[in-house]
Amino acid sequence: MSEYGLFMIFFAAAFFNNFVLIQFLGICPFLGVSKRVESSLGMGMAVLFVMTLASLITWMLHEFLLFPLGLDYLRTITFILVIASLVQFVELFVQKASPTLYKALGIFLPLITTNCAVMGLAIMNVTEGLNIIQTLVHALGAAAGFTLVLVMLAGLREHLEIHDVPKPLAGVPVALLAAGILALAFSGFVL
Amino acid sequence: MTDKFVVGPSPHVLGPKTVKSVMWEVVIALAPVSIAGILLFGLDALLVLVTATVTAMILEALVLHRNLKPASILGDGSAAVSGLILGLILPPSTPLWMVVIAAAVGILLGKHAFGGLGNNIFNPALVARAFVFMSWPVAMTTWHGPLSLSDWTTRVSVDVASSASPLGGAQHGLMEMFLGQTAGSIGETSALAILLGAIFLIVRGHIDWRAPLGYVGSAAVVAAIYSFLGGDFALTTIAWQLMAGGLLFAAVFMITDMVTSPVTKTGRLLFGIGCGLITMVIRLYLSAPEGVTYGILFMNAMVPLIDRYTVPKVFGEVKSR
Repeated sequence: MSEYGLFMIFFAAAFFNNFVLIQFLGICPFLGVSKRVESSLGMGMAVLFVMTLASLITWMLHEFLLFPLGLDYLRTITFILVIASLVQFVELFVQKASPTLYKALGIFLPLITTNCAVMGLAIMNVTEGLNIIQTLVHALGAAAGFTLVLVMLAGLREHLEIHDVPKPLAGVPVALLAAGILALAFSGFVL
Repeated sequence: MTDKFVVGPSPHVLGPKTVKSVMWEVVIALAPVSIAGILLFGLDALLVLVTATVTAMILEALVLHRNLKPASILGDGSAAVSGLILGLILPPSTPLWMVVIAAAVGILLGKHAFGGLGNNIFNPALVARAFVFMSWPVAMTTWHGPLSLSDWTTRVSVDVASSASPLGGAQHGLMEMFLGQTAGSIGETSALAILLGAIFLIVRGHIDWRAPLGYVGSAAVVAAIYSFLGGDFALTTIAWQLMAGGLLFAAVFMITDMVTSPVTKTGRLLFGIGCGLITMVIRLYLSAPEGVTYGILFMNAMVPLIDRYTVPKVFGEVKSR
């Protein structure tokens, strides 16, 4: 991926390799926080913040500390530490700035710590050999793609709530079905 | 609506237009396309169309009425429309068992799992096509060329050699493309037949011009920019892009679907533009040969958001500060 231009890296992360619908990372917040459009937008912004900063910090840690010292085997644990502390930041901020959003996001806000999309992004940045600018753009694209599909699914679920979905399928089952068809639609975005 | 004495909330004025009448008129509008498809691709095409339509109608009767009486099979005609549209966007050489699976996916997963007519988010025919395309990509991209008049007079069923579709690199004149003498899906090749159906639908007031115009317009703009950047700008290139693949068919019969397109007028225009942009980007810049299915499915998922942000202003409304 490192040979692509910045524009292409952004679109690849947002559409062609969409983290949720093509690589199936971060499915848990995708289904957990997609009940309301507003809260899903809030979640998207939180993930954008965590993804961007986490990518930059983990990239620098890897480049200047882990790799030169031959400590590659500590990669996972270091990255999780960085992500977890960033999530704590976001949590404090959201709690203070918007208690309603804090309530709406509930358990899924601290769970960004274990959001595999963030971790996957941080690892992909270093394994794909991206430089720091490319890492930044890749993170922005990944977060944009994540937010886009999250908000789309939230729109669909709000829409389905006011329609006569058959009883056994109402709620999560039909959301999963809609997500599956959405993934079919994204399967057309192949480079 | 057969009772003369209706007790219920307003409105009490009833028009002659019902779901049933609209759906059967759409079937009439699909007739020229179907006939053109059968003339161009022979009995194979006829079998695919009949299988898709009949499977869709039988499944709908089973889901809704749990019996197979003729009245329940005919139903409100929406299953016939979905099934026929599905048949028209499949290649003529599709194996019939695949057509049955496609129709089942479209009607059961695409339509009734979401609550049936009026509740489905995605166009059932497109869900079915995306599904079979994902599952059996080779069968879905094997085209065979159109029959000529002599094929019809000598033999009725012919084993036709497979050939490339225009988007797959085949060279065709614009007139051939207009009449539909190219390889492709059953219903999408003949621009003439599609336009006949479009005129009927517009005259009867069943489709709104905004979504198709946004769709064809944005596709033309992207094609123009692409050919301009490529240094071979010509009006024929744009016309070629518009007539190739399923673009025109989708513009008339799929993005005008009342259930899966936005309610607001601005929304419909935006919906069409979005479909056109995605279709053309997939066609020109990505590896998939055709983007119509994906473009429309993607925008179907955007419809609730589009409706949400394009609510028109109430007359006399003042922006509150």
